[in-house]
Amino acid sequence: MFELDPVLMSRLITAMTLVFHIIFATLGVGVPLLICIAEFIGIKKNDVHYRMLARRWTRGFVITVAVGVVTGTAIGLQLSLVWPNFMQLAGNVISLPLFMEVFAFFFEAIFLGIYLYTWDRFKNPLTHWWFSIPVVIGGALSAFFITTVNAFMNTPDGFTMEDGQFTSVNPIEAMFNPATTSKVFHVLSSSYLTVAAILASIAAFSLLKKKNSEYHKKALKLTMMLVFVFSILTAIAGDISAKFLAEHQPEKLAAAEWHFETEEGADLVLFGWLNDQDTPVGAIRLPGLLSFLAHGDFESEVTGLEEFPEDERPPLWVHYMFDFMVSIGMFLIAVSLFYIIVNRVKRWDVHNKWIVGLLFLTGPLAMLAVEFGWIYAEVGRQPWILRGYMTVDEAATTSPHIDLMFFFFLALYIVLGTLCVIVLRKLFKGKPAEEELEKKYPTIEEGDKE
Amino acid sequence: MSYELIGITVLWIFLYGYLIVASVDFGAGFFAYYAKITGNDHIINQLISRYLSPVWEVTNVFFVFFFVGIVGFFPDSAYYYGTALLVPGSIAIILLAIRGSFYAFENYGSKQSNVYMFLYGATGLLIPASLSTAMTLSEGGFISESGGTITLDYLALFTSPYSWSVVFLALVSVLYISATFLTYYAARADDQNALQLVRKYALFWATPTIVASLTTFIALGQHNERHYDNMLDLWWMFGLSVGFFMIAMWLIYIGKYYGWGFISVMLQFFFAFFGYGASHLPYLLYPYINIYDSVTYESTAIALIIVFIAGLLLLIPSLILLMRLFLFNADYVKGKK
Ligand code: HDD
Ligand code: HEM
Ligand code: HEM
Repeated sequence: MFELDPVLMSRLITAMTLVFHIIFATLGVGVPLLICIAEFIGIKKNDVHYRMLARRWTRGFVITVAVGVVTGTAIGLQLSLVWPNFMQLAGNVISLPLFMEVFAFFFEAIFLGIYLYTWDRFKNPLTHWWFSIPVVIGGALSAFFITTVNAFMNTPDGFTMEDGQFTSVNPIEAMFNPATTSKVFHVLSSSYLTVAAILASIAAFSLLKKKNSEYHKKALKLTMMLVFVFSILTAIAGDISAKFLAEHQPEKLAAAEWHFETEEGADLVLFGWLNDQDTPVGAIRLPGLLSFLAHGDFESEVTGLEEFPEDERPPLWVHYMFDFMVSIGMFLIAVSLFYIIVNRVKRWDVHNKWIVGLLFLTGPLAMLAVEFGWIYAEVGRQPWILRGYMTVDEAATTSPHIDLMFFFFLALYIVLGTLCVIVLRKLFKGKPAEEELEKKYPTIEEGDKE
Repeated sequence: MSYELIGITVLWIFLYGYLIVASVDFGAGFFAYYAKITGNDHIINQLISRYLSPVWEVTNVFFVFFFVGIVGFFPDSAYYYGTALLVPGSIAIILLAIRGSFYAFENYGSKQSNVYMFLYGATGLLIPASLSTAMTLSEGGFISESGGTITLDYLALFTSPYSWSVVFLALVSVLYISATFLTYYAARADDQNALQLVRKYALFWATPTIVASLTTFIALGQHNERHYDNMLDLWWMFGLSVGFFMIAMWLIYIGKYYGWGFISVMLQFFFAFFGYGASHLPYLLYPYINIYDSVTYESTAIALIIVFIAGLLLLIPSLILLMRLFLFNADYVKGKK
């Protein structure tokens, strides 16, 4: 029977909240950057299309920020409510980045308020644009601080432990633990990538319905260029992350690659499944590539799972999470490069409905990659909550009411998610950009109808 | 001053900040709904939304700041309160989530909807009620620890007169603070119709506020004698609080200097809140957590205090900018911008 024990329910409630929050958090990190870029181009080129883009993106962003803020508040409080033992111990250390994160939120919230309500208040449009900079910085800083916390859970550092108690704590060292660099780089680049891809999907979707809109073509071009840049950066960051894992958290990489025995010249295993003897079947094997991913050398030695006690090995299904994430990463690089090439060649029509349809896929896939990436990173840390020091079982609440709370929160997220979609649709349905452009800028030439 | 005292003072100041800004927000939700059902919404809702729209997110951060800070300075509080508050805390989160997101949905998204308005008004009262439970619990007698498990005695909580008097005090204070702020804001906007309406609310809610304060005081005497005696030692703080209450009422009654009136309300709550907090010490949760035994490591405490100062240097100019653009910009308040 399915046993509703408090530990399992604690894990489920945290996983559910994070999987939901991360959607909006990713948007919260990335959208300000895209708004900032679009408004800047609009002002510099004196092109109202880009300025309208910034306006319409902002309008949608306000709604997703709200959900980001309330789900973030939920996860922030849940850390203490659901993992009291963990916070009692680790709170001594991770409170510093969490505290700084709050200041980043403050900063972001204040300037977002100003940005939203001052569109036409200044004579020089650049003044308004300047207010977007603190929002971009605030979002990036919140991502940075929270990611250092997550990094700390993977490679704890900056303290010594005696009898279950920390001694000689150094919170700064804890923040800049071995996992921080690779994680922050990968989380930031993937957030920007995902948002560029989501906005590209929206432009593509609009183009499918309305073939010749100049406005949406410009939006698609801008966002696809950014998808290209950020997908390359994300892949580089992912490669750095893998090299980090090979050195500091080899069991996570080994679980993702079904790499049981320590060996040199290890193969990269793609997809497939495990038979009774735990040997991968039906997988694509790329010779030596795992060694390359782990150490940048096809002949190097990669640590296998056999070196870890049975009860300290992560679940093996994270293999699929890793593979999906990497495949999506490769797909995004390929598609954006394809778009750029076709766009260059004048004879080809890049707005062909098959190509646009393909581009539409980028956004949803990128968001899935974020989810897969996090699930891989978190489940790959199991059974530890604080690697090497505290397991998830030891950290969870003992309260029996946790299962009821799970269903409360499930209901909450269903309601929030549904309403968010409904409100966003209402916001844009029947209000095409062209109409709004003509109302706002009556002098605009009939550029849209070519 | 020792780290633990600096820490708790900073946190208490922020909780006080949250008390004021959140009360304005929560009460405004209730008044907006009340105005709607009594057909007065055209008079004040414009006023309310002009103030709330740019600042609601900032309000929320005050709260996040407090709970992150308390776990940072006093990690034991995560253990005791975290376990005991799972249910009331989760309910408060859900209510906060509904309120925050629905506010944005309605205000930036669709047109006015009765359901949203109702939820916005109702959560404005339910959230203070559920958050105030934490205050009640801190007095001790409801949370017990035995054999490594922490339990919250719900029956005792729901049958305690003290607990209900705290809830009642929270509700009326929210409405009182909010009404006095809106009175000031309406006067700034020079909106006479709205001013007359919210001034009436402010005068009306003053009596229940002072009555509730007294009943809570008496109920506390029955519940936790130690705390009650400490409060009597600090009688002058509560005396000042009552004094500012009378000044505030006088100013609002004569209909002049609404700005000073609201400042007096803030001082009224400042003295009451700090008198309550100071007499509560050294306990954060009687008798399990006191600030001296549960404070974090020195290095972390110093780092937190440094970050706090640096953060304030960053925030204060930004907050001043926000206030100058919205709260104190006469054209904006009057709806011309
Ligand atoms: C658009 C999203 C996206 C894409 C396309 C990729 N990743 Fe990723 N990946 C993430 C989004 C992400 C993430 C959500 O940002 C994670 C989860 C936790 C973290 O630190 O970053 C992550 C984690 C993560 C980790 C675990 C890090 C750790 O636990 O410390 C590794 C090894 C990689 N990634 C490697 C890659 C490689 C080699 C990719 C090839 C292109 C790749 N990722 C594409
Ligand atoms: C202080 C911070 C964090 C804590 C205490 C924490 C703790 C946990 C725990 C205990 C689980 C359950 C593991 C399991 O079910 O096997 C979990 C899962 C998860 N966490 Fe973290 N985590 C933290 C940071 C993060 C961050 C920053 C993210 C990014 C959004 C994240 C994303 C996830 C995801 C997606 C899961 C789901 C994995 C699953 O399906 O089991 N976590 N987290
Ligand atoms: C354990 C994990 C996490 C915790 C405890 C957490 C906490 C919070 C809190 C308390 C808020 C609301 C702040 C407010 O009141 O304004 C929030 C919002 C936010 N979070 Fe998270 N968060 C987590 C994971 C993440 C991750 C992994 C990212 C970025 C990659 C992130 C980025 C953001 C951003 C940008 C916001 C601002 C709201 C928005 O713009 O959508 N958070 N988070």
